[in-house]
Amino acid sequence: MGEKVLMKGNDVIAEASIRAGCKCYFGYPITPQTEISHYLAEALPKIGGVFLQAESEIAAINMVYGASSAGIRAMTSSSSPGISLKQEGISYIAGAEIPAVVVNVVRCGPGLGGILPGQCDYFQATKGGGHGDYHNIVLAPNSVQELYELTVRCFNLADKYRMCAMLMADGSLGQMMEAVEFREIEDIEAIDKPWATNGMGTRGHSNYISSVNVNPDELEKLNQRLQAKYREVTKNEIMYEEVNCDNADIMVVSYGTTSRIIKNVIKDARKMGINVGLFRPISLWPFPYDELGKHASHVKAFLSVELSAGQMIDDVRLSVNGKKNCYFYGRTGGNIPSQKEILDEIVKILEKEDR
Amino acid sequence: MQYEIIIAGFGGQGVLSAGRLLAYAGMIEGKNVSWLPSYGPEMRGGTANCHVIISDDEVGSPIINHADIAICMNLPSFEKFEKLVKDDGFILADSSMIEPLKLASSHKKHHDINATERAFELGNKAYANIFILGKLLAVTKMLTPESIEQALYKVLPPKKHNLIPIEMKALKTGMEN
Repeated sequence: MGEKVLMKGNDVIAEASIRAGCKCYFGYPITPQTEISHYLAEALPKIGGVFLQAESEIAAINMVYGASSAGIRAMTSSSSPGISLKQEGISYIAGAEIPAVVVNVVRCGPGLGGILPGQCDYFQATKGGGHGDYHNIVLAPNSVQELYELTVRCFNLADKYRMCAMLMADGSLGQMMEAVEFREIEDIEAIDKPWATNGMGTRGHSNYISSVNVNPDELEKLNQRLQAKYREVTKNEIMYEEVNCDNADIMVVSYGTTSRIIKNVIKDARKMGINVGLFRPISLWPFPYDELGKHASHVKAFLSVELSAGQMIDDVRLSVNGKKNCYFYGRTGGNIPSQKEILDEIVKILEKEDR
Repeated sequence: MQYEIIIAGFGGQGVLSAGRLLAYAGMIEGKNVSWLPSYGPEMRGGTANCHVIISDDEVGSPIINHADIAICMNLPSFEKFEKLVKDDGFILADSSMIEPLKLASSHKKHHDINATERAFELGNKAYANIFILGKLLAVTKMLTPESIEQALYKVLPPKKHNLIPIEMKALKTGMEN
């Protein structure tokens, strides 16, 4: 057991990146995640790393592309509007098959929107965002401890699969303080990168990294290889948490900060004799379709609760595949649903289902 | 046991620091804790607040809908958070900053402490936050002053550690008040 310290979520993401061996960070400040840059500006030079405040988000993601091509663990972070700017670079990183870690501390949109927490970038993170047939691994923590563990995991998965791994938190998680223990969670091993453009050395051949390919058959071959890789990720890397699922009357599906509100709702509902289950996807991509879908056999209905106008609900419906009704409850604009609002919604749904 | 505490006041009154101290002291005593600041577009002269949860169990939502305790360091905070206090909860009000008539008209249980005035007597109004924490400890016995002292060493930067004895004096005066 290591010592527990009380730290802010954003600071923990930064500290986790250093512990994961990140040597290069490129970013551009935006609320509510600027503390990440602040922390790394001080910490990275001390370990011989590079901190650079880029001239824009677009520059920052392309600097990650460059550093990562040289085989170095690199990260950028931003919040919603800034992540939109990075999408072109993320697509290039997918096409070039290099690892990268991108952190999105989500605020509310659309447009410049507001600085309060949101989960309205779910589609962008899990369904593309940039152009082309590609996916990012997307991990969604719900506590400061998980911010540490999943940031490290993002670096390991990015290297393992040579793709972009995104940590998707929300403004509350970035700003809140909780106890965190920097325990050894998984090997932070240096994965061999024979593809890196870091000088020929004794290799005998030069490496070339690009995402341009004008030969249709070669480009199709790349796409087939990417899809095979995504199938492999889907087979190996699904993460989720189940709370009170076995005897649940209704299954609430929720991630990040909202999933913690549901944990309180479970207690309130029990006092009323209602059994509420919580299914929390931790990997938003790959999404745990089968693991969630199997609960259709025993619950009356599903309810997706999000800080959005209804995005993850689409994946809930794909999981349930028409076997039960899927409902949605969400708030936008930076508002956060209260326990009572959600419980009222659950009561309403169960009355309807029992009729 | 679980305490859900909202601490609110003007920016500069040390409401966020008071919350961090409580959370840190709770963690030192082996409790589960969370601290969530208001980080919206706050204005100078407006209210800042933080939500602190100290619990024997896992902390669910870090957002407090109904508080066990609201520490209100100014009038806007009192007006905003009085209604969020549970019926069996209470308010700790800085009566140096809130009109007595307002306090008297409240239907919620409240302890009135002239924290800012008393802090001035100790040499600096910046001690008002820790003075009021002293009252919180005296009323609830939720944490020991020793844990607050340990937390001060964690929360304050080393160059301010020389202030800890006077901070502790403010805390203890608040406890006896």
